[in-house]
Amino acid sequence: MNGTEGVRHPRGRDLPPEERERRLRRIWDPPRGILGALSVVDHKIIGRRYIATAFVFLALGGVLAALIRIQLATPEGRLLGPDVYNQVFTVHGANMMFLFAVPVMEAMGVYLVPLMIGTRNIAFPRLNAFSYWIYVAGGALLWIAFLLDFGPDVGWFGYVPLSGPQYGYGKRADIWAQMITFTELAALAVAVEIVVTVFKQRAPGMTLDRIPLFVWAMLVTSFLVIVAMPAIMIASSALILDRLVGTHFFNPAEGGDVLLFQHLFWFFGHPEVYIIFLPAVGMVSTMLSTFARRPVFGYLPLVMSLITIGVLSFGLWAHHMFTTGLPRVGESFFTASSMAIAVPAGVQIFCFIATLWLGRPVWRPPLLFVAAFVVTFTIGGLTGVMVASVPLDSQVHDTYFVVAHFHYVLVGGAVFPLMGAIYYWFPKMTGRMMSDRLGAWVAALVFVGFNLTFFPMHVLGLQGMPRRIYAYQPELPWGGLNLFVSLASIILFAGFLLFFVDVVRSAVRGAPAGDNPWNAPTLEWATTSPPPSYNFDGIPVVTSANPLWDDPETLPVATGLRVDRRELLVTSVQRAEPEARESSAGASIWPFLAAVATTVMLIGSIFSPWAVVWGSLPIAVALVGWFWPKGAPEDEA
Amino acid sequence: MSARRLVSLVLAAASCAACSPIQSALDPQSPQAESLHELFWLFVVVCSVVWLAVMASLTLALLRNRSTASEATAAGSRTPALAVGAAVVATVLIVAGLTIASFLATRSLATDGGGLVIKLRGYQWWWEATYPAEGVVTANEIHLPVGRPVRMELSAADVIHSFWVPQLQGKLDLIPGRDNAVTITVTKEGVYRGQCAEFCGLQHAHMGLIVVAEPPAAFDAWARAQAAVAAAPTEPEAQAGAALFQAKACSSCHAIRGTAASAKVGPDLTHVASRRSIAADVLPATRGAFAAWIVDPQTIKPGANMPAIALEPAELRALSAYMTALK
Repeated sequence: MNGTEGVRHPRGRDLPPEERERRLRRIWDPPRGILGALSVVDHKIIGRRYIATAFVFLALGGVLAALIRIQLATPEGRLLGPDVYNQVFTVHGANMMFLFAVPVMEAMGVYLVPLMIGTRNIAFPRLNAFSYWIYVAGGALLWIAFLLDFGPDVGWFGYVPLSGPQYGYGKRADIWAQMITFTELAALAVAVEIVVTVFKQRAPGMTLDRIPLFVWAMLVTSFLVIVAMPAIMIASSALILDRLVGTHFFNPAEGGDVLLFQHLFWFFGHPEVYIIFLPAVGMVSTMLSTFARRPVFGYLPLVMSLITIGVLSFGLWAHHMFTTGLPRVGESFFTASSMAIAVPAGVQIFCFIATLWLGRPVWRPPLLFVAAFVVTFTIGGLTGVMVASVPLDSQVHDTYFVVAHFHYVLVGGAVFPLMGAIYYWFPKMTGRMMSDRLGAWVAALVFVGFNLTFFPMHVLGLQGMPRRIYAYQPELPWGGLNLFVSLASIILFAGFLLFFVDVVRSAVRGAPAGDNPWNAPTLEWATTSPPPSYNFDGIPVVTSANPLWDDPETLPVATGLRVDRRELLVTSVQRAEPEARESSAGASIWPFLAAVATTVMLIGSIFSPWAVVWGSLPIAVALVGWFWPKGAPEDEA
Repeated sequence: MSARRLVSLVLAAASCAACSPIQSALDPQSPQAESLHELFWLFVVVCSVVWLAVMASLTLALLRNRSTASEATAAGSRTPALAVGAAVVATVLIVAGLTIASFLATRSLATDGGGLVIKLRGYQWWWEATYPAEGVVTANEIHLPVGRPVRMELSAADVIHSFWVPQLQGKLDLIPGRDNAVTITVTKEGVYRGQCAEFCGLQHAHMGLIVVAEPPAAFDAWARAQAAVAAAPTEPEAQAGAALFQAKACSSCHAIRGTAASAKVGPDLTHVASRRSIAADVLPATRGAFAAWIVDPQTIKPGANMPAIALEPAELRALSAYMTALK
């Protein structure tokens, strides 16, 4: 790196600061009006919308969870019949996985990655806008179908033949399969954007070993998305074909195979867990470093463990299928690989504890959630070791033990860090602080409520209670614990409610945050809160892994980007040396129109295969509009 | 409507019928389940120790006296590095040990079935059990001789189901187009309950299975009785019921061996009254329960494939008398 000058360009350098800001605002500020709101391509606005939408889906999924707990509180519950109950748990699971957990993690990446690596916008900003609209359409499809009483009722992994043409009545299973197409499309788009952003748009000097751990986590996650998602799109598309045009991919009577669906689903489904968990590891690493007041212990082992988990996650899908009667050798392989993943996960936990040991912990809400994460996630990890054992899994598979296990992993391992991350980055996103006092209450209620709700489910599973039952007979000895679980869940719900109250209250009248309220070391805190539309006045130049700690007063910046059109600095993959100035796409209504056209085609193809034909015409029109050459100057760079 | 009252009466009675023994992996009653139970506690102990160790180090790290922390930044970072390294090595060893324990348990579970074969076929939402050598066809209740290995051959007629009697053995799926088999050796007499463990649609919750383990002599007697055709009813009311069974829709789905009814859509009813329960362990096999089930199956088990059949009160009495006579 040759210092602070970066790439030169005459315009902008010699302007007074106010004039620079005025010009940058003129080209980067989002357009106004309703049409403008639909045309926005600013990663921060899209990221905020994405996060807010995902939390709406979390709340909706929580309502379904409440219905489930009321139904199961007593034997032979009468609140819901089997038909509605099956829709409720299916939509709860599908919603939480596809509409909340994966999108919210991607959304945090959309908002934070460009800020943390010091660039003006995410790569392919119009694709980013398209991704958000497609995601909203997929979520609306699922929930409107559910409210009209034809929501999917086949479980969130929709096994055939139950979801197939013979047993899945109406269009319910198609809604499930097509909702997956929507959300996978959205996730793939974001994954590609993040990979390119991280590889090519890092601030000068941000070599591979200076990339913040959250960015590393999002990078590995994005590769997992790119490799895993095609498998589920094949599975769901083949299912739709079986149902709509009578193919026989999964029909054993015609040479198809029932288990093929499970293999395809879990080849995606297990990495999916890490697509949710790895960003959370990145969040924990980031918050831990800030609140332990020292760099995180073991940067290199942590990066290696992220990559190791990413690779291993593709070698353990069959542990979801231990009770299908796999060959013995296969079972042994998948037991060993599933157990092996405990090692990199252990490395992470040990490095986190060592960071706390060496640091001087500051007890603010994000650190409370990190502590809750370590306690709870470790339990989920250890029960994960138990279900990785084929013989043990044969007893606990498809019971409430597994329900407890995956809630420990997903809520303890991802939602707790996410809530901490909201407390941590809320000031950056809104310019206002959330409440320390309410934050402590939220952390305590959610932590206590969660453990009281989900720990007894381990016992219920061992006592023989299968998952996905809408009722149980009074003779079975599950009534007491189920009532306890349902009552305990009130504490958990209260915690989440208080969290939403704090978010709304703080957004309206939280204390002003300032640029860097936590005295954090990474680049997103080098700009104002909330950041301007162009993120950074000058592109920061990085000389260490913790730039704001090592260079607090004089963060060097690169100059020379034009101030009369949207321009980014492109740097090399490994050493982040400046390579070129690249134009960045401006606001456009076409991604929104393309998303509408795609939605019409995808929903139409639930009902008729011909929708793929006529539906592709509007999409083609929208894409032509989207990619229509703008002429100079946007295309010259 | 009298039928409705009858249903509610029977539902009230069912709750104290105690037709359901417990089903728990924590109360193993066969060598296979006992071996799984031991393995489970081994894992629980090891995992608990690991969790406590992690919690102890977390607590220490958080509550450590910070007065010495300043010097720890440079010189002291060797100690945590060693500690983290040791913890990783310990993790590798523990995980390897548990993997080996798991392999050994799997190996000890593998036994070749001798003698008795039971074909268990899953339907939405009941079980059909066939004993090929003994010529027995029954439903939702299987009998086993104590001490003899039994090979369960599993298949599914419609969607995936899962055979799970936690006190006897881990679960194994019944998959359309695939054949699975599992061996069980029950060493204690008793009545055990299982239930479908793979989500299979509307009445997945009510797909129970009763396993009766009895001495070989009692089993042989049971098998002989079950293999026989149905005895013709002697009571006039039951005789009327038998005629109704053939005349009404019943015989288009159910078989009663020894009569003209031979359809295979629903459970074989040849000896239905000899079973402990009906409708996949939802109701006790009493006359009132038969009547309730016949007149309004959709209230008791919504979505079940058995339709409600319009019957006069006298016809219902006759049919339930006939069912009760099918010992």
